[in-house]
Amino acid sequence: MTDISRDDVLHLAQLSSLQLSDQEIDELQVDLPHILTYVQQLSELDTTGVEPTYQVTDLENVWRDDTIVEYGISREQLLDLAPESTAHSIKVPKVL
Amino acid sequence: MTNIAEIQSQIKASSARSVVEAALTKARDNENYHALLSFTDSRALERADKVDSGQITGRLAGVPFVVKDNFLAFGAPTTAASHMLESFQAPLQATAIEKLEAEGAICIGKANLDAFAHGGSTENSAFGPTKNAFDMSRVAGGSSGGSAVVTALHIVPFALGSDTGGSIRQPASFNGVVGVKPTYGTVSRYGVVAMASSTDTIGTFATSAADAEFIMSIISGRDARDMTTLPDFFVPQAIRPAQKIGLIKEFMSDEVDPEVRARTNEYAERLRAEGHVVEEVSLPIVQYTLAMYYIIVPAEVSSNLARYDGIRYGHRAAAPTSLGDLYGRSRDEGFVAENKRRIMIGSYVLSSGFFDAYYQQAQKARTLLIRAFNELFESYDVLLGPVTPTPAFRLGENTSDPIKMYLADIMTVPASLAGIPAISVPAGVSQAGLPIGVQLIGQRRSDANLLSLARSLEEK
Repeated sequence: MTDISRDDVLHLAQLSSLQLSDQEIDELQVDLPHILTYVQQLSELDTTGVEPTYQVTDLENVWRDDTIVEYGISREQLLDLAPESTAHSIKVPKVL
Repeated sequence: MTNIAEIQSQIKASSARSVVEAALTKARDNENYHALLSFTDSRALERADKVDSGQITGRLAGVPFVVKDNFLAFGAPTTAASHMLESFQAPLQATAIEKLEAEGAICIGKANLDAFAHGGSTENSAFGPTKNAFDMSRVAGGSSGGSAVVTALHIVPFALGSDTGGSIRQPASFNGVVGVKPTYGTVSRYGVVAMASSTDTIGTFATSAADAEFIMSIISGRDARDMTTLPDFFVPQAIRPAQKIGLIKEFMSDEVDPEVRARTNEYAERLRAEGHVVEEVSLPIVQYTLAMYYIIVPAEVSSNLARYDGIRYGHRAAAPTSLGDLYGRSRDEGFVAENKRRIMIGSYVLSSGFFDAYYQQAQKARTLLIRAFNELFESYDVLLGPVTPTPAFRLGENTSDPIKMYLADIMTVPASLAGIPAISVPAGVSQAGLPIGVQLIGQRRSDANLLSLARSLEEK
């Protein structure tokens, strides 16, 4: 069984920008090792010299003219989607 | 049965408005199934009136349909069944919807799903599960559970869904309707909430293969807004006689429900009776595909879901103390447990030190899977097998064990990872009256052949 410590869960949560509750941390500390142990069976497969497949479309380098395409969506419509906006800008908490 | 032709004759005999009103009424009468999250009444009726006055025309003029609520659409929020997008009003529509609307079809509502399409039962919806159309104590399947159930209940003749690892085929099988997962790149994904970009596909549910084929012919094709879309190839075709069909041995093991195997064998017999050759074939690598899937997909999920940061759109936590606090709490509050589980697994398999052993190994194994499929397609036109190991399971039966839930996907993920088309076709019911589907899998761009094969059998 893959060993996952509480610190490991917290580290992954930080990488994932997830502020988990204590209960969620406990549950993930149980679930993650089970899932990781299951997927580890892949190590049984001999993949020496096999190229990875990152995408399955047989397309490559689809070109288009470098022109501006009007998508019919205004700046105001996009700003309206933001939880908080002010003076034509999205409002965020102080960073520094 | 409610098929598109019947709806069209009803429209001719009465009006598009009365047909759309009837669909909305029927949808509300069946709200106990919780198949729909929202209704688009005012927009739908406005469009129906335009059909009746001749302002809107097309091959689907006035025909009502439903879309999974991860499709951006006008007239109702696009929630992806999550609190993250609970009040998200889409500023644009998915290309697939635009194409259907260009033919006069009318979207009447948005269907329930597992939040962000993560799941196989619709139990991960932030707004509660959808019930199976044949047994309300059982799951609808997922993640496109709502779309399957509205089709099975004959509320609409077809509904759109997305299939990343079985999310159309499995609920289609659980609810006795046709479900199509096309070749990767067949239908534009523009305006559909991204899950795993290397396997996400858009497809349809319908009550017959003939209707599914018609809808696919409309929504397929190149879209400049999704550069993975393939040039038009989806043209409905006549049945090719005497095809060679391989019944996948590994999908017929003792671990698969005997009734599921029996219905699959009966379907094989029906194919033989039509003059096709059905032989057992072996695809040993399928035993590893679920492991590949639950590495590759969480990796892509963790990347795709990084965009939900509480800044530009979606849920933002109240009174954040810092930017990090805003991100962390918005995401914790906006995602359901399964979303977080997949994001965390994705972060793990992509992190330095583990990348080669997990992610890279899975992508190499994926190459081996594709090779194995290609070898079979040198000798066989189509592969046959069940869609799921069992008929619909009970609500709550698998929710406490993620691996057990994932195992329901074991026969649908191979086609997803290989990017090849696969359809789920009704093949009868169990003794308990639960629908059982069979899966027809073909090589890239053979979608129309799979559908014509299924159509030729349903015409019997």
